[in-house]
Amino acid sequence: MADPQRPLPKLHDLDTRPFWEATKNQELKYQQCADCDTVVFYPRRHCTGCLGNNLIWKNSAGKGTVYTYSVVRQSYHPFFRQRVPYAVAWIDLDEGPRLVSNVVGVEDPLRDVQIGMRVQVRWEEHEELSVPLFEPEP
Amino acid sequence: MSTQTRDAAIVGIHEYPSRDVEGEVSPLQIKAESAARALEDAGLGWNDVDAIYDAGDGGGMAGLTISEYFGLKPRVINTTGVGGSSYEYHAAHAKRDIAAGKASVALLTYGSTAHSNARAIGVGGRGGGGHPADNMDMFAGMTLVANYAMVAHRHMFEYGTTSAQLAEISVATRCHAMRNPEAVKAMEDLEFLDIRETTVDDVVNSRMIADPLHLLECCMISDGGGAVIIAAADVARDCRKAPVWILGTGEATKYPENGGDITTSAAVQSGPQAFGEAGVTPQEIDIAMIYDSFSITVLALLEDLGFCAKGEGGAWVEGGRLRFDRPDDGPALNTDGGGLSSNHPGMRGIFLLLEATRQLRGESCSQVDGAKLAVAHGNGGMLGSRHCAGTVVLGRD
Repeated sequence: MADPQRPLPKLHDLDTRPFWEATKNQELKYQQCADCDTVVFYPRRHCTGCLGNNLIWKNSAGKGTVYTYSVVRQSYHPFFRQRVPYAVAWIDLDEGPRLVSNVVGVEDPLRDVQIGMRVQVRWEEHEELSVPLFEPEP
Repeated sequence: MSTQTRDAAIVGIHEYPSRDVEGEVSPLQIKAESAARALEDAGLGWNDVDAIYDAGDGGGMAGLTISEYFGLKPRVINTTGVGGSSYEYHAAHAKRDIAAGKASVALLTYGSTAHSNARAIGVGGRGGGGHPADNMDMFAGMTLVANYAMVAHRHMFEYGTTSAQLAEISVATRCHAMRNPEAVKAMEDLEFLDIRETTVDDVVNSRMIADPLHLLECCMISDGGGAVIIAAADVARDCRKAPVWILGTGEATKYPENGGDITTSAAVQSGPQAFGEAGVTPQEIDIAMIYDSFSITVLALLEDLGFCAKGEGGAWVEGGRLRFDRPDDGPALNTDGGGLSSNHPGMRGIFLLLEATRQLRGESCSQVDGAKLAVAHGNGGMLGSRHCAGTVVLGRD
């Protein structure tokens, strides 16, 4: 039997499709309103700050800070249950967006992940897209 | 200034006793059985009901299909579905509909067989559905417990809160559960190990599920349900039991925002609305029925509702302060045993109204002498990401 695979986002979702399509080129995108400067994340078609829909796609440099995290010890998902303990975190990108990802590239997530630590994106490649994981900034 | 009105009261309640129906009773059957017993409790009948409130968990057209199932043709149908806070919203909406003259007897029901279905809503499962927001983070393996653990970690980081302080919530709740025969039976049926009162050490030494939350800080997954009858003042005066008035209500919404504060919930908006409408302060409250999906949920909500300042909850709950036999130290917490130790079939909000009513009637297993004022606060959705808050302030004559 094949190894359980990481669950991957759907590429046909109309709001988030441009974000995931950009990950193929390892670009971490977010939206900002050209009229009122509101940073919109997760992606949408309309601006949540004004009544327009003049959203511009921008590239994040992929660097940020761990806002908070948890180390998961128990999961029923076939992929993740083989990976416990692993760190899930809310990460504040330097450009403003706050997103959920994993902190990887540490020896022991129980010891080596902290709130406030600096992280940078590390792409995990899949057939149709890449997944933005985060590792400690060197 | 208070805008308190006594135009609608809880007059009938029922809590479905079994937490493990072994697949032999359906959620709809639990709703109907609970409705009948609650009407009996009120001294009313099916024909008196003219308004139906349902969280829509039965699927599309739930308001219609449940009306037919009950054999009712209501004037008002309300299917606000906001997870575990749905029933606080329903109480608010029933009061509003009754005050507007659109209804006189409202029926709220809940039934779930989450345990029998082995639905992974708990310690290892992940929440969420097919929303665009879910499509952004489903790759990361965030579990439901981890969602709440994120709040606990940040709370510890910002305010120095400790696991031992969070454990106080589990300990007080278990103390109350051990006094409630239905809660003890629930823990037996769900095969809890070592069913007894717990200590702070027991909690912090239990297995870590998602740092920093331990097993004994997580609610159970049970079957269950219940019903609430809310009636207009003229009906309430003639019911079998003393009315429990809905004095004030509040509703609010929260979701992740860039730069937002994860330690503060939507209760900071819904609480002041409800207390303001009731014209009472948190310091006057005898009974705090606070949605206890996890220990951190209660700690954050107590702060947000104004029982203590933000960040001071850890020190505030220390020393068994939340027990039912410490009335001089503030409200008693979740005197039925809560979701942590009595029942959690997925959407616990209705049980908050049920136990608050029992306390104000003098019917609780952990009765606070002379309890006059209670608050029921439901948190529906997830504390660490998106949720709805419903606050209901209740009082007796």
